Amino acid sequence: MSDRSTGPRFGRSEAAQGYLLVATPLAYALLLLAVPLGAILLFSFWTQDYLTLDTTLTLKNYREAFTDPLYGELLLRSLLISAAVTAATVLTAFPIAYFVSFYVPPERKAMWIFLITIPFWTSYLIRVFLWKVILGYNGVFNTTLMGLGIIDEPLTFILYNVNAVVITLAHAYAPFAILPIFVALEKIDRTLLEAGRDLGEGYVMTFLRVTLPLAMPGVVAAVLIVFIPTIGDYVTPRLVGGPDGLMIANMIQTQFLKLNNAPMGAALAVLAMAMVGSVALIFIALTRRFLRAPR
Amino acid sequence: MKDTRAAAQPIITLEKVEKYYGDYYALRGITAEIRQGEFFSLLGPSGCGKTTLLRTIAGFEELSGGRLTIDGKDMKGVPANVRPTNMVFQSYAIFPHLTVAQNVGFGLRREPLSRAEKERKVIEALDMVGLKGYGARAAHALSGGQRQRVALARALILEPKVLLLDEPLSALDKKMREQMQMELRRLQRQVGITFILVTHDQEEALIMSDRIAVMFEGQIAQLDTPQMLYRRPVSRQVAEFIGVMNFLPAKATVTDATHIEVEAAGLGRAVIDPEQLPGGWHPGETQSVGIRPETMSILFPGETTDRRVATGVVEDRAYYGDMTYYEVRLDGVEKPMTISMKNLVGRPVLERGEQARVAWDARSLVLFA
Repeated sequence: MSDRSTGPRFGRSEAAQGYLLVATPLAYALLLLAVPLGAILLFSFWTQDYLTLDTTLTLKNYREAFTDPLYGELLLRSLLISAAVTAATVLTAFPIAYFVSFYVPPERKAMWIFLITIPFWTSYLIRVFLWKVILGYNGVFNTTLMGLGIIDEPLTFILYNVNAVVITLAHAYAPFAILPIFVALEKIDRTLLEAGRDLGEGYVMTFLRVTLPLAMPGVVAAVLIVFIPTIGDYVTPRLVGGPDGLMIANMIQTQFLKLNNAPMGAALAVLAMAMVGSVALIFIALTRRFLRAPR
Repeated sequence: MKDTRAAAQPIITLEKVEKYYGDYYALRGITAEIRQGEFFSLLGPSGCGKTTLLRTIAGFEELSGGRLTIDGKDMKGVPANVRPTNMVFQSYAIFPHLTVAQNVGFGLRREPLSRAEKERKVIEALDMVGLKGYGARAAHALSGGQRQRVALARALILEPKVLLLDEPLSALDKKMREQMQMELRRLQRQVGITFILVTHDQEEALIMSDRIAVMFEGQIAQLDTPQMLYRRPVSRQVAEFIGVMNFLPAKATVTDATHIEVEAAGLGRAVIDPEQLPGGWHPGETQSVGIRPETMSILFPGETTDRRVATGVVEDRAYYGDMTYYEVRLDGVEKPMTISMKNLVGRPVLERGEQARVAWDARSLVLFA
């Protein structure tokens, strides 16, 4: 067989051909993923004083990160904001996904999903600015409420604080949560719901005992997809967060660009990554029973 | 074990039941009574409305017209989850996220039983369907036949008044299907619950049922015992759907209440017992007669008989192992008819083109309008 191979000489065995096939994507992945990660990791063990980079390996940055309460507070706040964003996003995404999956006629579903992605046609930055316009002191929200006579003076708790960050991010990530939940709901055999009803359960209990457990893989995916990137978001907190809404990524940015302390920024980035990674792993471990795909 | 024969009370009554989707009529006035403890089948080709009828009984479809009662209670506005019926779905609808025991015990949540009692009931139910010791298995790891048994146990554990089965055997292979047919029959006798089976397989319906409703285009064409359906089909449509029947053009020659004579092409004149007539129509309207392949036989050369004899030519022959099917064109008839013969030892075989003498009885003729 191998002697008759018409392929190039070095591609004779199947294994060699396999390596050849993955070589390009592998190089790509190494260059774009492993190398930057390695660089960040390496940087975090260095130190910098103004413009001189001291390449002696040291744990100084980590020691500072653990002793200065500012960093710990920022990490914790980022975690809490991300958790709030995730909860808000998934809880609002579920009814939308449920509606599209169960109540939209099959021939219109594609259109609905398409419409849900429309906000993504504009830049993320523009969407954040739009929320500023909506939530601002003289913004759409406040003027509408005042025009209706519901409030006398503009609400101030909706912009330049944590609430604004949660609202903006929840909107930005909504499609990422809607899609996996929608897919999970679509996969549910509708006869199972009839079976649940036939066996004596009403709509609510059938939902809780059949629909929800079967949709859990989608919910878990949605939680991870929203939680992991939001913790590293720095544009939204910078623009709508005010002083109390700043997150760890803002500090990392400051370290890198303003304080000229790339090693400290790298150490914070590594810590943030470790935190996201462990929270995600704990979450996956807790929900693992939902993720075993039934064959 | 309840006595299934004593109480032939209707458990389900259907009065002019109608169901339409827009302009499309799925059920056009179904009137029938299904008796307590019987094995009842809804038989018909796909699209005849049999599944729709089953789903209206289960409560998954609202009636568009007419009346449905189960156990004496009008089911109008009664949702599926409170009806005294349970269903075995065509796809079995086993919950993939639960174990076998959790599937079987699904409907017990509302029952006022202790956890231990529920567990015992689940074990009993699994035992009854031959799945002893399967409780802890994951439902998605089961074979088709096992899924079916889980679906059965899950429905029967709730002791419904009526068990509804929607083509439960169609997904099984032939051997498994035959085994399950006998087992379902045995289970039905054992628990004494009324079973309503939807099937398009006439053989399955004949084997399993006490009574069968044959449905065409949203209506019941005939509701009868398997024997009566086979021997006295009321229309050519029913006769063609159940088994094989040969049709010959015919005319009634003498008809009065006691003496009916028909003249059938190829067979000649025959005296018909009024008992042989389906009710509700006059023998004078006869257009054709039907005769089943196995009620005739081909006489080998020299064989004599006291039955009636017709003559024809063998057009074709098909060997089935236990049986041989002949296509014989009777003299004066255009279409060949099918005759089945048991392959007994020493019985000679006729070849294509040979002359054949066919023995038949007037008693096996069925008259059709």
